Amino acid sequence: MVAQIAAPVSCHREMVALENVSYAYGTQQVLDGVSFVARERDFIGLIGSNGAGKTTLLRMIVGLAKPQHGQIRLFGTPIERFKDWHLIGYVPQRSHFNPLFPATVREVVLSGLYGRRKLFRRLTKEDASRAADALRTLQIEDLADKRIGALSGGQQQRVFLARALINNPKLLILDEPMSGIDNETQRNFFHLLRHMHQHHNITFLMVSHDMEMIRSYLGDEPKETSGKLSFHVRHSHDLEDCGETDLLHTLRKEG
Amino acid sequence: MDLLTAEFFQRALIGGALIAITAPLMGLFLVLRRLAMIGDTLSHVSIAGVALGFLINVYPVAVGLVFAIVASFAIEALRRTYRTFAELSIAIIMSGGIALASILFTLGKGFNLNVNSYLFGSIYTLDYTDLAVIALVTAVVLLVVLLLRKELFLLTFDEDAASVSGLPVRYFNILISILTALVISASIKIVGALLVSALLTIPAACGLALARSFRQAIALVVVIGEIAVVGGLWAAGVWNLAPGGTVVLLLITMLLVSLGSRKLRV
Repeated sequence: MVAQIAAPVSCHREMVALENVSYAYGTQQVLDGVSFVARERDFIGLIGSNGAGKTTLLRMIVGLAKPQHGQIRLFGTPIERFKDWHLIGYVPQRSHFNPLFPATVREVVLSGLYGRRKLFRRLTKEDASRAADALRTLQIEDLADKRIGALSGGQQQRVFLARALINNPKLLILDEPMSGIDNETQRNFFHLLRHMHQHHNITFLMVSHDMEMIRSYLGDEPKETSGKLSFHVRHSHDLEDCGETDLLHTLRKEG
Repeated sequence: MDLLTAEFFQRALIGGALIAITAPLMGLFLVLRRLAMIGDTLSHVSIAGVALGFLINVYPVAVGLVFAIVASFAIEALRRTYRTFAELSIAIIMSGGIALASILFTLGKGFNLNVNSYLFGSIYTLDYTDLAVIALVTAVVLLVVLLLRKELFLLTFDEDAASVSGLPVRYFNILISILTALVISASIKIVGALLVSALLTIPAACGLALARSFRQAIALVVVIGEIAVVGGLWAAGVWNLAPGGTVVLLLITMLLVSLGSRKLRV
């Protein structure tokens, strides 16, 4: 028998797997054979120049675009058969809503719950208190009844993060969440993300152009590169320490 | 006043009051999705169907409805092709509808085809069949909007987010198209094809100016639609004005008042 060296099997489950994924807009090849695996509790910073296909990659992972070649698996399930979308929170690049849209912050945050599971169901008291928790966690409870369009860019970004968090997602996908926000707000926001990563069972996949912030938390060297994309990864290992599963409650306790 | 007790006028009021619930409601969703002009388009295509109905001797509103539904599918398909140019698909289908309608109207010259009553509305000729159709359409639209209001909100606010939440966005879009086609075909006889889009869009424009939440916006558009239609029909009856035109002018007046009151508040 040939002695086999066992590959180090990770004890952490696979959250997102890309296998040889390619995408082209017409003849313009944006992504060419990208492969990558994100494991539970990783914080992945995705960096690349303009047009490197960062946003396209995220849009494919959340099912908004289909890869022309290759396969994507979410939580081990091929994306075509994946149904548990409530496990994924997504904060898109610029939320391109109309600033005149008549919706309050609370209505927008609650809408994070409206998926397959909530079809034909009424909102419950528990849903309302989840929304209140999410608002408190992101320190925007005093804005709850304001019109979303009346908020500043940084406040809006917190609203969309609150919407993404209301389901207690296991995977949080953020596309340049800090673009168009002043520096101090950016720092607070990033601090919040870091805190969530260290203390809760959430895997992060974040696109950013802010090298400095990514490097300070995820290190100088990318774990992997593919084409013009580089993946900086940091893993949080205190999985066992985190007894509580309800993110919003624990976040509140810790302030 | 005898007019108010006249049966034809009561039919007009009931039909108008029903349409004043559903048209502004669907209009709100359309306006918020930047598809305000879809009402105009579908009503013009629907007119072509009405003309065909007269030519082949089939209940014209039904043929109009079929045309509107086909057109709404075509718009949805074109909308996906020209993703960021939703208005382009609308313009194309609209001119197609007008072209077809003008040919059919010319063909039908020998027949007893009253173009004006469909272009400008003829609410006083509403019969019991029309009223039954309008009541049915109102019931269907209200039921669907009530059952799916959460999902419709998310879809309207952020279509991508709705898709990532796992909602069947394509089916929802088709559903909205069909409901819109239903409402438009039913309202053509009341305000006329040329003015249908006013009933869809102007209450929504008032709602955008005044509402602080989505709940409020929904309530506001219905209230504004009711005031305009019931008040407009009454005024038109009393002073012998064109009913469709009176309703629309009342809507525009209310929009001006909404905009003015917002200025005062801010």
